[in-house]
Amino acid sequence: MFKKITRRAGKFTAIAAAGLLAMNVQAADPIRIGSFLSVTGPASFLGDPELKTLEMYVEKINEDGGVLGRQLELVHYDDAGNASKARNFASRLIRSDRVDIIVGGSTTGATMAAVPMVEQAKIPFISLAGAVVITTPVKKWVFKTPQTDRMAAERVLNDMKARGLTKVGLISGTGGFGSSGREQTLAAVKEMGGIEIVADETYGGSDTDMTAQLTNIRSTEGVQTILNFGFGQGPAIVTRNYAQLGIDLPFYQSHGVASDGFLELAGSSANGLRLPASPLLVPESLPASDPQKPVVEAYKSEYEARWNSKVSTFGAYAYDGLMLAVEAIEKAGSTDKEAVRDALESIQGHVGVTGTFNMSADDHNGLEADSFRILEVQDGGWKLIN
Amino acid sequence: MFSEFLQYLFTGITIGATYALIALGFTLIYNASHVINFAQGEFLMIGGMATVSLTAMGVPMLLAIVLAVILAGVLGIALQRLAIAPAKNADVVTLIIITIGASIFIRGLAQLVWGKEYHVMPNFSSDEPIEIFGAVLNSQSLWVLGVGAVLVAVLVYFFTRTLTGKAILATSMNKDAARLVGIRTQVVLMLAFMVSALLGSIAGIVVAPITFTSYDIGIILGLKGFVAAAIGGLGSGMGAVVGGLALGVVEAMAAGYLSSDYKDAVAFSMILLVLFFMPRGLFGAKIVERV
Repeated sequence: MFKKITRRAGKFTAIAAAGLLAMNVQAADPIRIGSFLSVTGPASFLGDPELKTLEMYVEKINEDGGVLGRQLELVHYDDAGNASKARNFASRLIRSDRVDIIVGGSTTGATMAAVPMVEQAKIPFISLAGAVVITTPVKKWVFKTPQTDRMAAERVLNDMKARGLTKVGLISGTGGFGSSGREQTLAAVKEMGGIEIVADETYGGSDTDMTAQLTNIRSTEGVQTILNFGFGQGPAIVTRNYAQLGIDLPFYQSHGVASDGFLELAGSSANGLRLPASPLLVPESLPASDPQKPVVEAYKSEYEARWNSKVSTFGAYAYDGLMLAVEAIEKAGSTDKEAVRDALESIQGHVGVTGTFNMSADDHNGLEADSFRILEVQDGGWKLIN
Repeated sequence: MFSEFLQYLFTGITIGATYALIALGFTLIYNASHVINFAQGEFLMIGGMATVSLTAMGVPMLLAIVLAVILAGVLGIALQRLAIAPAKNADVVTLIIITIGASIFIRGLAQLVWGKEYHVMPNFSSDEPIEIFGAVLNSQSLWVLGVGAVLVAVLVYFFTRTLTGKAILATSMNKDAARLVGIRTQVVLMLAFMVSALLGSIAGIVVAPITFTSYDIGIILGLKGFVAAAIGGLGSGMGAVVGGLALGVVEAMAAGYLSSDYKDAVAFSMILLVLFFMPRGLFGAKIVERV
């Protein structure tokens, strides 16, 4: 009998202890950050550096003591660039992983597939994809870190105007990036005024020669400058054909090719061309007064030291996404979804790698066109113009 | 006005010569086996990629080219021995499907070995373009045309003057009869795959300075080459050359004078027209089916 009682008491204490332990665990419960990225597949050049960045900085933040005294936990899935997979993973993150916030969506397709679920579940979502549609019109729970292609177009057109170039020959790829860029350029021209598109040519993603299109543009009456909106190897071929044809009009490319890989492909033909790009390409030429300089330099050196590969603009989108999420959670003082969302929307002057974010109720991107820097290719390297 | 026309023409001929070289590879295997080898584009890719990666390792350009061509030749033999020969009695459609599978396999392998980036190959001679009547021509285009012409001449000689060439032709006309007169048809088939792989890889190497090269360059160029072969009439060497040049020139003219949006549409409607009125292509053999 006595034995029984002690045994029961023993059991009771054990249960009580377990309960206490469970409560303890709950207090230090990690903050769950969900992510779905295109780590493999055709968009892996986006997802791969993004995942590396998230992993690396989640680790780093945890070593420094976490957020609100809690550790971060990254729950990640690979959507392989497939929008319907992205949708499934977003649903899994929300329903079974019960994450507190989602930072992900490498492509516009994947992002837009997840948006309805996110809106329904009322969970803050920071997208890493470019297109305007993600944040225009504003969706209550959706934010994004990269600039839109509209901003790139405006930045380029403004630079042209500043140089007195007002008659533009446009050539664009027929892929998603190129055709969206073309539309946004045409729209921006209409809105800005004082500048016009005098030629409008296209090329296919796997075309190997764009001499014919460029010849057409060159022989267009009054053309003063040429802008190429495209992605992949196409713009490099355009650049080479441009040099071969000996066209001496000022030449612009889009942010789609702002990478060292493009310089390698285009070689010496790229000299003199200008494009809008992230300051990440030229951290050392940023003036010391630039608030972004330390952020950009730190991200570049940390990423390159850790992964032993070149830093990319796309990874920086993930860096900004994670840091915005962390700032919002700290500001909200909890992981309450409504509070975090409100905190995200009120973030002002957050200096990131991509630019300085000033969020508001009607701007869930928070960047200005000026966050793009205009770079010029000189002697096979990037030179900061403004 | 004239200089623009000339510019479009140069562009067209350069692209066209590339298509023609690929089409010749299709023709060769088709002649020997009636198989359309959809892995032809992959030979092209192997040629370009192997040369680029060998030169990156410090191998002199010329040696790199030779090694790349040999590699492609070995791959051609392997394709025939390991994929086509085991399916000996399968009908032609099955064999064609096998080549599609092989091309996906080779592409996957190349992606693993060489990665997904595009690579540059320097021009063979100077980077300076040549100017003719106000139009410019990439010096590499001359290489493409020259190498193409030499290859065509060699092939014509091979098929009409050498015993091996004639054996390939005999096998294509009647496999059983060829075997009866002592031709080892399996060896002939292997030879056809090897020669076509050599041809493809050489084409891949001479065009690489113009088009760049990557693991997936073979898909679209291979397809365009097939289209060129179909226009010219499958099985005709002359047809492959004319078909390739015609396709390239039509594409360039359409991009120049109509709209760059429709250039592929124009090229493909040309195929429809040719095949409507001349179902065997421009130079296809007039075969009467016996009933």
